[in-house]
Amino acid sequence: MNAMTGSHVPALHIDNLHKSFGKTEIIRGINLSIAPGERHAVIGPNGAGKSTLFNLITARFAASKGKVSLHGQDLAGMAPYEINRLGLSRSFQITNIFPKMSVFENIRCGLLWSMGYKYSFWNLVSRSRALTEGAEAILEQINLTARRDLPAGVLSYAEQRALEIGITIAGGADVIMLDEPTAGMSNTETDYIVDLIRKVTVGKTLVMVEHDMGVVFGLADQISVLVYGEIIATGAPEDVRGNPKVQEAYLGAALEEEH
Amino acid sequence: MSDQTTSQPRTGSLTGSLSFALAPWIVAAVLLLFLPMIFQANSAITIMNQMWITVIFALAYNMLLGQGGMLSFGHAVYMGVGGFFCMHIMNWDSFERIPLPLLPVFGGLFGMGLAILVGAFSTRKAGTVFAMISLGVGELIAACSVIIVVFFGGEEGISGDRTYGLPFMGVEFLKQIEVYYLIAFWLMISAALMYLFSRTPIGRMANAVRDNPERAEFLGYSARWVRFYSFVASGFFCGVAGALFAINYEILTEENLNTASSGVILLVTFLGGVGFFFGPILGAIVFTLVQTVLSLQTELWAFYAGILFVATVMFFPGGLAGVLMMHVPAIRLGKAKLLLVPYIKTLIPAAIGILGLAALVEMIFHYRHASTGDNEMTLFWTTFDSHAVMPWIVVIAVIVIAFGVMRRNLPEMTDAWDEANHAEEG
Ligand SMILES: Nc1ncnc2c1ncn2[C@@H]1O[C@H](COP(=O)(O)OP(=O)(O)O)[C@@H](O)[C@H]1O
Ligand SMILES: [Mg+2]
Repeated sequence: MNAMTGSHVPALHIDNLHKSFGKTEIIRGINLSIAPGERHAVIGPNGAGKSTLFNLITARFAASKGKVSLHGQDLAGMAPYEINRLGLSRSFQITNIFPKMSVFENIRCGLLWSMGYKYSFWNLVSRSRALTEGAEAILEQINLTARRDLPAGVLSYAEQRALEIGITIAGGADVIMLDEPTAGMSNTETDYIVDLIRKVTVGKTLVMVEHDMGVVFGLADQISVLVYGEIIATGAPEDVRGNPKVQEAYLGAALEEEH
Repeated sequence: MSDQTTSQPRTGSLTGSLSFALAPWIVAAVLLLFLPMIFQANSAITIMNQMWITVIFALAYNMLLGQGGMLSFGHAVYMGVGGFFCMHIMNWDSFERIPLPLLPVFGGLFGMGLAILVGAFSTRKAGTVFAMISLGVGELIAACSVIIVVFFGGEEGISGDRTYGLPFMGVEFLKQIEVYYLIAFWLMISAALMYLFSRTPIGRMANAVRDNPERAEFLGYSARWVRFYSFVASGFFCGVAGALFAINYEILTEENLNTASSGVILLVTFLGGVGFFFGPILGAIVFTLVQTVLSLQTELWAFYAGILFVATVMFFPGGLAGVLMMHVPAIRLGKAKLLLVPYIKTLIPAAIGILGLAALVEMIFHYRHASTGDNEMTLFWTTFDSHAVMPWIVVIAVIVIAFGVMRRNLPEMTDAWDEANHAEEG
């Protein structure tokens, strides 16, 4: 599948990306191409630079060197909201929602721009049936319909993570980036979230960070392994798992972590 | 269980929820219409005019503070500059061709124009940066008011005559009551528009940016532009308030745009409560009453107003609106009546104790400041000698007993509170 889509413009293309914080280089020359419709997982031990990579792609941080393009368009110099308008949406490792607003309103905020409302002060949000129905459909998908009118801040942790995914997909972006959506969850909750991700990203390009390879094994078409700011392997899940370099670096680091 | 009760009003029929939403507006309109018939004295009309102007200003201020999360220390300038421009329109030859009731539109546009100029750079950041820029700009314009005498009129300010305008349906606005209805009309219009603004996409995103600007940016919205549009909208309604001020008082001075006035509107808004749309309305009403009615009773009114603000910030950060809305869960559970008797038993002694403390303050003030030989003072319809021992004993005894009773009854109130907010299981 990837070989076939290879001739197309990649959904996301990362070219020789570097990032230093002070003197420490955290991202050390990343090259990565993600095809449209691909489900791509970035795995690697804690501190490898996975979140930093996400932050560079979405302009939360400025890169020290290198280039990121979305559907062939160079993202250099763009603000996060401009990148979002081009159809790239992301979630955060640390839950990032609007805690004081209702669950429904959280989702609606995610819908507003893409439905063309922009900075409108001449439409009433409650009058738009499309907006309400759109938000309710997403609530249904993420199974939070029963929580519709509660302030998002009172939801359980797992529910907030689901809401964060809902906000992320609400705008209909075709490239979805999720940063450790299952972080801190029990096994059952993890299975639930992985199913949810599979369901809501049908037909979209997914880039997902995960530090546990097992979680993404059934989900991802492609896996990249990021260790100390470098991608040491990219490929289909079976190939990556069998790769001795990965086993050495990744398992070594994972073992280190346990001690 | 409780989840269901909160979502019920929304799932009700659309017409039902619509008339439910309109009810407060109809009540407000009726009140505005009939209040001058209940309080007919000129002084009462004057107080109400001042009150409604402050309501518009406070609501406009809360578009920033409560809804947009922007703390402005210099917001009087948008009202003041709108007012000064309107004063100049009143003094302009062509004023005789402009109907007076339209003046607030011009005031609004001038307030908005200034907000566009300042907002273009001040809304780039929220938080401390925004607050400091607002303070700086406020000081700057207040300083200009003594320098640019042609526009601001120096120390005397600028005065005019509203009756030179084109008569509007035969009304020349000679009488206070005519001005009252003009202000009331603009209050309804402005409040409704500000409320509707909070329900638009930009109004909803103003809340989103207030709570989490970063997340809003990753949803396609520039936090800076969201803040800018709120700021400009707020500037418009501040200008409307300024125009009404110009119409009502026919004079504007430096005082209308200085930092002290900016501070007052912040306190008024906070007193009423920033978290709810109607909060600033309560704040403006209470503050205007303190400022007018109480100031007739005592020279120390500003001292009491200060204590009221400090107490609000410390004990009721949600303001008066917050205190009222705290009771919504108990009302929803149908248990609010449990609170009635405990409230009476606690709050009446508390009120007596507080009045006693105020009496003590007044007596100390009189004792220290009254001219020698003039020892008589009148407090709560009682005249006595502030240098005698007995009144002091009585007042201190009242305070001690009142607070003692309050303390004794307090546990009953907290128990009733817990009970009233406790949803039965199953
Ligand atoms: N804003 C920052 N300033 C300085 N160092 C940072 C910053 N963000 C991340 N880092 C460092 O970069 C490294 C990679 O972090 P991160 O990308 O969060 O790792 P991962 O998501 O793979 O666990 C860590 O050593 C972290 O301390
Ligand atoms: Mg991370």
